Amino acid sequence: MNKYEIRVMLVTGCVMIIFLFALLYNAFSRKIDVPSCVPYSKIFEHPQLKKIDDTTYELYVVAQMWAFAPDEIDIPTGSTVDLFLTSKDVVHGFNIDSKAVNLMAVPGGVNTATIKFTEPGTYNIVCHEYCGAGHQNMLGKFVVKDE
Amino acid sequence: MKISSSLKRVILTEFILPLTLLIIGIYHGLMQVFYRAGVIHQASVMHLSYYQGLTLHGVINAIVLTTFFAVAFGHVTVTFYLKKEPPKLSYIVSLWLMVIGTLMDAYAMLTGKAQALYTFYAPLKDSPVFYVGTAILIIGSWTAFFGWLKIWFQWRREHPRTRMPLAILGTFVNFIIWVVCTLPAAYSTIVLLTPWSAGWVATVNVPLTRMLFWMFGHALVYFWLLPAYVMYYTILPKVAGSKLFSSNAGRLSFLLFLILSVPVGVHHQFSEPVFTPGTKFFMAILTYGVAVPSFMTAFNIAATLEYAGRKQGSKGWLGWMLHLPYLKSKNFLFGYLICGLILFIFGGLSGIVNASYSLNAVIHNTAWVPGHFHMTVAGPVFLSIIGMSIYLYAKLSGKDIKYKYFATVVPYIWMIGLVFFSHGMMAGGLMGEPRRTNLGMSYTNPESPLFNNHWVPTTTSTLIGGIIMTTAALLYFISFFATVFSKPVREQVLELPVSEDLHHEKPLPILMNMKPWLVVMFILILFAYIPALREVFKYSSSVKAKYDVESPVLIQDSVNVKNAGQVK
Repeated sequence: MNKYEIRVMLVTGCVMIIFLFALLYNAFSRKIDVPSCVPYSKIFEHPQLKKIDDTTYELYVVAQMWAFAPDEIDIPTGSTVDLFLTSKDVVHGFNIDSKAVNLMAVPGGVNTATIKFTEPGTYNIVCHEYCGAGHQNMLGKFVVKDE
Repeated sequence: MKISSSLKRVILTEFILPLTLLIIGIYHGLMQVFYRAGVIHQASVMHLSYYQGLTLHGVINAIVLTTFFAVAFGHVTVTFYLKKEPPKLSYIVSLWLMVIGTLMDAYAMLTGKAQALYTFYAPLKDSPVFYVGTAILIIGSWTAFFGWLKIWFQWRREHPRTRMPLAILGTFVNFIIWVVCTLPAAYSTIVLLTPWSAGWVATVNVPLTRMLFWMFGHALVYFWLLPAYVMYYTILPKVAGSKLFSSNAGRLSFLLFLILSVPVGVHHQFSEPVFTPGTKFFMAILTYGVAVPSFMTAFNIAATLEYAGRKQGSKGWLGWMLHLPYLKSKNFLFGYLICGLILFIFGGLSGIVNASYSLNAVIHNTAWVPGHFHMTVAGPVFLSIIGMSIYLYAKLSGKDIKYKYFATVVPYIWMIGLVFFSHGMMAGGLMGEPRRTNLGMSYTNPESPLFNNHWVPTTTSTLIGGIIMTTAALLYFISFFATVFSKPVREQVLELPVSEDLHHEKPLPILMNMKPWLVVMFILILFAYIPALREVFKYSSSVKAKYDVESPVLIQDSVNVKNAGQVK
């Protein structure tokens, strides 16, 4: 192989390694990571919003054809929400506007993420996985208000 | 070379049948951009719903067309380079199985018995006819490969000191990947989904079926792509008036595809539960690894094209780009290959974003994703398929290509359309526009409470792109079918442009022996998927779920009723 070719392979290898370290840096230092695992249990099939303290909430969302339960979640600005998501029937999606929270709701599995709302406003939750004839109407929202 | 009329008929059928079905596939592509742009605010047009159309678009364009072409092109390369025909039984049985499988799928999709899209995610239920049909189509493609293996081993005994031709290596790498990756898909469809769909079992482990699907689903994209790579390495240099810069590098990139194509599927599932971040990160690393052979190909082909430009007297660093044989109807194949390559630059780069672990959360399942993969599968893959189909059809049937100026301009028009299309999709995706959604019913309907005005300009760009692409496809169909219905005017031959090497390279022993690469392939698959499989069983459970797309009520079949009785 000629020298330019070897150089090009080295350069691409290095670029990919830089990208990988950027991902690791975000995962460990800035806590930007992919969802991790929670063992499945039926208790996640009961939708509820639990207040843990003034700024911390635990939220159990259940996706089903063709709505989220609860479909409107009211919380004060500055709250941190620990979200647990599952589905009662088919696979659904859960993508929050303007937040890099993008999850799949899979029956028989529990997805989880931690979300911090620092700005007041309405954040739509779009179902982005095809879930049947009513898929395009499946929208929930977070309403974040100053107290 | 001359080939037997039975093989010729089989190959010609494998071009005509999928390209005829493609008319349905493209029609539904066009309809989708109308729905998405909010031009149509309905669930269905002419009794076919948006989602049925989407299922047809995906299955016909991405599974039927690509599989038929890979098999037909495989017959061509193997026969041409080994100067031997595959066993008649293998190619006849292969064609019949593929046709039967396709007809079963088409029946299930057109009657609405299968509309869970081409990914057929459980617990949305498709008819068993669809699952079995897809499996038969795949088994048909294996049968062709087994025939090629037989003549390959014969050829090797007769030519002990000759290198494996690069085109044969590419074709074999492709079909080894294909056989390996379709095993999990076959297991999922035949063992898990068919009995569940037929009503013999009530439960299904959804995360398991998804993992098995993506074990197949990502390798599938390389199965689409590698025939195009075979053309880039063995045909493009010739039609560009050049010589291949390095065939050793070409061999290495095919072998890298062999080891890295399968153990990367979880990168489609970064947003899902049941896999630990460790498993996800490992597959992100391997996915970055599979970008390397594409970068190498980009360099190799660019160097090849630069040589062509310089031979024509180009000056400066980039002057060669202007001295290539664009828009020459004598050399129309060049247009299909170069336009595909240009699109693939952007398709590949956006793919790295998708593969990037946590960054995927910004674009997962948004319109960005189809924006990306249309620049790969509707770029180099599709353009090389339709370009090569018409080229080989004309040679094999001894006909002149009709409306050749149409066939010549098609790839350029298609490329311009695709730029508008993918730009709209990707820009919308970055603003959260979901993929696979009948936006016209809600998000792009001003009368709906869900109306979102940010997605109007993006879907409009998609609409413009879709219309331009359909225009290009129409011109292609006119040229192709006019050729099909014309009379033969010359001898019928099987002929491919054959490229030479620019440098005389010493054969590297490691690139001449596939065995160590196959071993590495299996080790990587085990390393990637044993942890993934353990996590699926640790963190998920089977659920009693079976749903029709039309109704949120659990489908009651005999198994459900019986189990309910036992609980009482």
